[in-house]
Amino acid sequence: MIKNPAPMTAEKKQFLAMRGITKSFPGVLANDAINLDIFNAEIHALLGENGAGKSTLMKILYGFYRCDSGQILINGQQVTIHSPHDARLHQIGMVFQDFNLIPALSVAENIALFLPNLPAVLNIKEINQRILEVSKRYDLQVNPRAMVSQLSIGEQQKVEILKLLLAEAHLLILDEPTRVLAPHEVEALFKVLDSLRKDGYAIVQITHKMKEVLERADRITVLRGGHLAGTLSQAEASEEKLVALMFEKKLTSLQVGHKTVTEKSSAPLLELLGVETHGEGAETSLKAIELEVHPGEIVGVAGVSGNGQKELGDLVLGMVRCSRGRKLLFGKDFTNQSVQKVRRSGVGFIPENPLTMAIAPFMSVLQNMALTRTWRYSRAGGLSIDWPAVKADVEKTMGRLEFSFPLYVPARSLSGGNLQRMVIIREMTQEPRLIIASYLTRGLDVQSAIAARQALVQARDNGAGILFISEDLEELFTLSDRLIVLYAGTIAGSFKPEETTFFEVGHLMTGSEVHHVQIN
Amino acid sequence: MSKLTETFTHFPVVRQKALQAAVRYLLMILFAFLMFGLILLISGKDPLQSYKDILSSTLGSAYGFSEVIVAMIPMLITALAVALPSRVGLINVGGEGQLYLGAAFATFGALTFSSLPAWLLLPLMVLLGMLGGALWAFIPGYLKSIGLVNETITSLLLNSVAPKIIGFLIFGFWHSPMDTVKTANFVAAARLPTFFGTRIHLGLVFGLVLLLVFWLVMKYTRWGLEMRAIGSNPQAARRNGIPLSKYLVIVMCIGGAIAGLAGMAQVSGFYGVLLLNFSMSLGFMGFMICWLAGGEPLGIVLMSFVVAVITTGGNLLQLTRDLPYAVINILLAFTLFVVLARPTFFKGTKS
Repeated sequence: MIKNPAPMTAEKKQFLAMRGITKSFPGVLANDAINLDIFNAEIHALLGENGAGKSTLMKILYGFYRCDSGQILINGQQVTIHSPHDARLHQIGMVFQDFNLIPALSVAENIALFLPNLPAVLNIKEINQRILEVSKRYDLQVNPRAMVSQLSIGEQQKVEILKLLLAEAHLLILDEPTRVLAPHEVEALFKVLDSLRKDGYAIVQITHKMKEVLERADRITVLRGGHLAGTLSQAEASEEKLVALMFEKKLTSLQVGHKTVTEKSSAPLLELLGVETHGEGAETSLKAIELEVHPGEIVGVAGVSGNGQKELGDLVLGMVRCSRGRKLLFGKDFTNQSVQKVRRSGVGFIPENPLTMAIAPFMSVLQNMALTRTWRYSRAGGLSIDWPAVKADVEKTMGRLEFSFPLYVPARSLSGGNLQRMVIIREMTQEPRLIIASYLTRGLDVQSAIAARQALVQARDNGAGILFISEDLEELFTLSDRLIVLYAGTIAGSFKPEETTFFEVGHLMTGSEVHHVQIN
Repeated sequence: MSKLTETFTHFPVVRQKALQAAVRYLLMILFAFLMFGLILLISGKDPLQSYKDILSSTLGSAYGFSEVIVAMIPMLITALAVALPSRVGLINVGGEGQLYLGAAFATFGALTFSSLPAWLLLPLMVLLGMLGGALWAFIPGYLKSIGLVNETITSLLLNSVAPKIIGFLIFGFWHSPMDTVKTANFVAAARLPTFFGTRIHLGLVFGLVLLLVFWLVMKYTRWGLEMRAIGSNPQAARRNGIPLSKYLVIVMCIGGAIAGLAGMAQVSGFYGVLLLNFSMSLGFMGFMICWLAGGEPLGIVLMSFVVAVITTGGNLLQLTRDLPYAVINILLAFTLFVVLARPTFFKGTKS
């Protein structure tokens, strides 16, 4: 019988050290002689902008990449880690941003797959027993028999952590673990991490949310542009210090200023009248959606992902058909019109996942920039394309938002943050009258996120209407003039931000305590 | 980083990759010929002598060379009929059927309007041929665009339907008084002009011009840009307002029209008559060539030439070495096999 690892004594001893880690990719020095110490029984936050080299450093530790030079020491002994398998042998485990669970298998089966020395004949009962034991100790309750496909994102994350614990990992690397969670799930996750720390586990949390870092981390290492900017203990750290380490220059903060006068008199840009859709497969069906977006208004859409946000955006864009109800854009009936017509009428669309939903990865960045408006840039009836005009337009918007990224490389070579910047630039360039923005700041660092939000506010002040889909409540409350909550394909609540609280919205997002809230 | 320095840092990588690719293709071809040599040895023939025969009979004389070009014409065109749809992610395996329908439509023109002068009749036949192929391709294209059936399956299955329709037309209406398996010979005005006293006909120009147009369209035009976007990421293309299903249907139909043109060129330029089962898998040959060439126009010209050398040389082997023609199919199959095996073949040598 395999035993679960006994809780370790909570002594602050160095577990692992990375020394002089250097890694370069063609044209980029991702990690430049980075030193990092990880102690037992600590939560170590790895903080930095996009492209600062956080993920690269951790992927080297997990054996995904090989470093060009530098060494890794565990308990003072030099080790070589050339594959995730090696990493696991050294008790290192990692939870990726996009989880690696197999939806068609049960929780126990997923965990069993990851166990070292898996016997030829599975003893699922014993594995179930171990799962229950560990999940009880760390408050990671999941049903071992449940199918992963039926679990929420938060539960899947629990399974990922359980997987590492049962595989006897000692160092847990979590890549932006709070990105996908609702507020109360974030609280729960931190409780779990706290109790793991008490039992001596070493935890590395990659993040760019400064607030979480300040509250939770024992030590904070900041990377900037592939260099080590500094390591601070919790006592030393402050928001100003961290910002100074992350960015050399001062940040401009966001000026929002809600419009005091609501121009209800002006005709709405978007009207959804009792719209329903029929979702296929994993899609959510929208039910009885009544929604208006007026000029000069940001309508925030809160909700845990998978509750119809994607479908709502796609519905407005014309990707999804209305099975009932009507959709009006700019006062005209656009129910079940083609995406092309919707786009041409002046609708900008920033999707939740730029790589799969917005760009052609094998084409250059500049070519991608022309894709939404080929009719504008084609000359001689389409026989040629005015690339200088594309470039001029793009550079104008890039200057306005102070974003910069290369134009003549394949789009797929851009980092996640740059892809997002690219899509924002493209959609803003066409000066749309209605903007659908999903997870606008996903993958962006603090500075770019502020610039992106600023651009939205600017568009609003110029009279555009914005449907702003996000899971980040802070962002939603700051930006929105009005806020709706999507839950299971219906609008579960609609408020002005100043009339409600994070927790009220958080509960509506997860479908609990709906009766406490008055629904318009 | 400026554009210039970027080019510089990437330059060695590019050169190394080109070299790797060249070595890879050379090894592939060598491997195919080695395997084929083995087959020849087993059947008791001298492989070296056979290879020598193939080369001397095709590239050794002006006549041999012209025959290679003649064989190459339909391959060029049918390969393009696969290459174009492949740019929007469509796999058109229906070239064979589209070619038959194109030939039938062109034949209809040739037989019905035989009194027209050539300058009127030939363009009419070209249009009819393209229309026939396009109609045949419309079926899988439309079914694909409404999300009903995969175009690979439908276009492939329709290949076995098309020759039956030709058979029906020939047996039922068009057969010549002398012979039931073919139509009457076309009038001179319905024949594509030939060059230099050889059998090379205008179809060669059709093929080369179309390949050039294809290249220009893909590189410079709005439609090329939109098609590349669809091929690269159809979902994103649709969200960006590119009319995806329109493109799928139209591109599939143009692909079919091109294959239909190959059929027209074959009956009007090569045979001068519509024969039952005249194609003998020209459509599939085009599919293979397109795969071998990676869908690139220049590659299609080169690969068509290589395959034409093999097939015409094979015809000769059949006569002089007493080898069944099927042996040539074995060689082609080996080539295809090696090319398809490419991605995993040399994985170990990477990085």
